[in-house]
Amino acid sequence: MYRMRSWSVRNARWLKRAYGGFETLLVWLDPLLRRIGHHRLEKPFVAIEKATKGVLLDSQTCGQCIVGFTGLSCPMNCPKRLRNGPCGGVRADGSCEVNPDMNCVWVLAWQGNKRFRDNGYPIQVVQPAVDYRLIGTSAWLREVRHRTAASGSASHEV
Amino acid sequence: MKFDDEPLVPGHPLPIRPGHSSPGRLERVLRAGAFAVTAEISPPDSADPNDVYERASLFDGYVDAINATDGSGANCHMSSVGMCALLTRRGYAMVLQVSARDRNRIAIQGDVLGAAAMGVYNILCLTGDGVDVGDHPEAKPVFDVDCMSMLSMVRGMRDDGQFLSGRKLSSPPNVFLGAAANPFAPPFDYRPLRLEKKVTAGAQFVQTQYCYDMDMFRNYMAAVRDAGTHERVFILAGVGPLASARSAEWIRSNVPGIHIPDSVIRRLKGADDQKEEGVRLCVDMINELREVDGVHGVHIMAFRQEHRVGEIVERSGVLGDREPWRPRHDWEELAPPEDEVARN
Repeated sequence: MYRMRSWSVRNARWLKRAYGGFETLLVWLDPLLRRIGHHRLEKPFVAIEKATKGVLLDSQTCGQCIVGFTGLSCPMNCPKRLRNGPCGGVRADGSCEVNPDMNCVWVLAWQGNKRFRDNGYPIQVVQPAVDYRLIGTSAWLREVRHRTAASGSASHEV
Repeated sequence: MKFDDEPLVPGHPLPIRPGHSSPGRLERVLRAGAFAVTAEISPPDSADPNDVYERASLFDGYVDAINATDGSGANCHMSSVGMCALLTRRGYAMVLQVSARDRNRIAIQGDVLGAAAMGVYNILCLTGDGVDVGDHPEAKPVFDVDCMSMLSMVRGMRDDGQFLSGRKLSSPPNVFLGAAANPFAPPFDYRPLRLEKKVTAGAQFVQTQYCYDMDMFRNYMAAVRDAGTHERVFILAGVGPLASARSAEWIRSNVPGIHIPDSVIRRLKGADDQKEEGVRLCVDMINELREVDGVHGVHIMAFRQEHRVGEIVERSGVLGDREPWRPRHDWEELAPPEDEVARN
C-alpha cells in the first residue's frame, strides 16, 4: 500500500519537474479551459487527479495541494493531518506514532526535501491551516487560476 | 525574583517593557538573562479548586512559571484554561498549554482571548498526542490546525490584532508564545530545522521533551547554535525524575516520543533505592544541561512526583541566590469575609 508513496518520494526530483512542465501546459491551455468553463471541468479534473496523484502519492484530494513543499509526501496521510512537519511522537524506527505499520509521512517528506533542495528547503515554509471548504475539489484548476491571476509566479503544487 | 514594578494585587499584570510581548513574569526572567525554571502541574480529576491550589503550592518559591497541561497523553483531566484561571487569581505565572487535538480554530482563538483576559501571559502551542493512546480512544481527533499554524494564528492575534479570519480585535492578547520541541525523535537531522521553523511561525520559547540522552541533546544543540536559532528563542530543556528502571522501560515502550537510553536504565537498575537514584539522575541532568551553551532554563515534568520538584531544584542549585516569586499566604485574609460576599 505504501510502496508507491515511497517510490514517488525517491523520485521526487524528476516527478516535480515533470509536473512543472504539465502545469505550464495547463496555464498555456487556460484560455481554452476557461471557454469550456472551470466549473464544468471540476469533476473530470478531480477524477484525473485521483487517478494520478491518488495512485502515485496516496493523495487525499484536499484541493490545496502542497506536496511541492513536502518532498511529494502527501501530508493528508498523516493521522494528525499535520501540514508543517513531524510531531514529536515519531517512533525510533521512523514509523508513525498513531499507525506503526506506516512510515511517518514527514520522515518521507524530509527525505524528499533533501532530493529537491534549491534555495533552502521548501519544507521550511509555514503552511496555513487546511481550508475545509476546498476538500474534494481540483487543486490543479485552482493553481491554474492562481497562476494566471498572479501572472506566472513559480508554483510548488503538484 | 522580584521586579521593582511588581503589582500590589497578585495576578495583576506587570508593565510591558520595551521589546517584550507580555506583561508576564516568565518573559521578564528569561529576558533578564536568568536561568529559568518551569514545572508541569498535574491536573486533578476533580472539580475542587483546592486540589489545584494544593498542587501548585508544591512549587512555591522554586519555579518561574507553571505549565497547565491540556489533556496530556490524550487523557481527560481538568482543563488547562480552568487551572490557569484559578491560579492566575493568586498571582501565579501560568503557561496555558493548547493542544490541536481537541479544539478547532474557533475554540482556540476564543480560549486565547479568555485566558489572556484572566491573566495568562504564556501560551504553549502543541499538536498533542493522538487520541488512541489516551483514555478515550473512541474520541474524534480534531487537528483542525497544527502547532505551526496555531503559532502563527496566535501571533496574528497579538501582533496584527485580528482573528485568523481578518476580523479585528478591540484589545489583542499580550502573550509570550511557546512551543514544544523533541530533539529525540526521527528525522533527527531535521529536528533543528523544525525548531527554526517554529521560531519563524512565532515561537519565542520552547520546552523540550524529556532529556535523558545528553549526547543526542548536545548534537542537537550544536546544530541549533550553528544556525543561530538559540539567539532567537529561549530554550528550556525538559527533565523529570524516573521512579524506577521498570517504569522507565514501560515509558520508553509505551509513551510516544520519549527516548530513554539503556545507560539510564542500567544506572537505575544498579541502585539500591531506585526512586532516590531517579531524583539524583534528574539533579545531575539539570547540572549537565545548564552547562550546554544555548540552554536558557529547565522545564521539570515530575509526573506523580511533583512533591519532589522543590527538592530537585534546591539540590541542583540551579537558581543560585535567586528566589522566584511566590504567592502570599495571607491571601485568605485579603479576601472579603464570606458574610460580606453573601450580602453582595
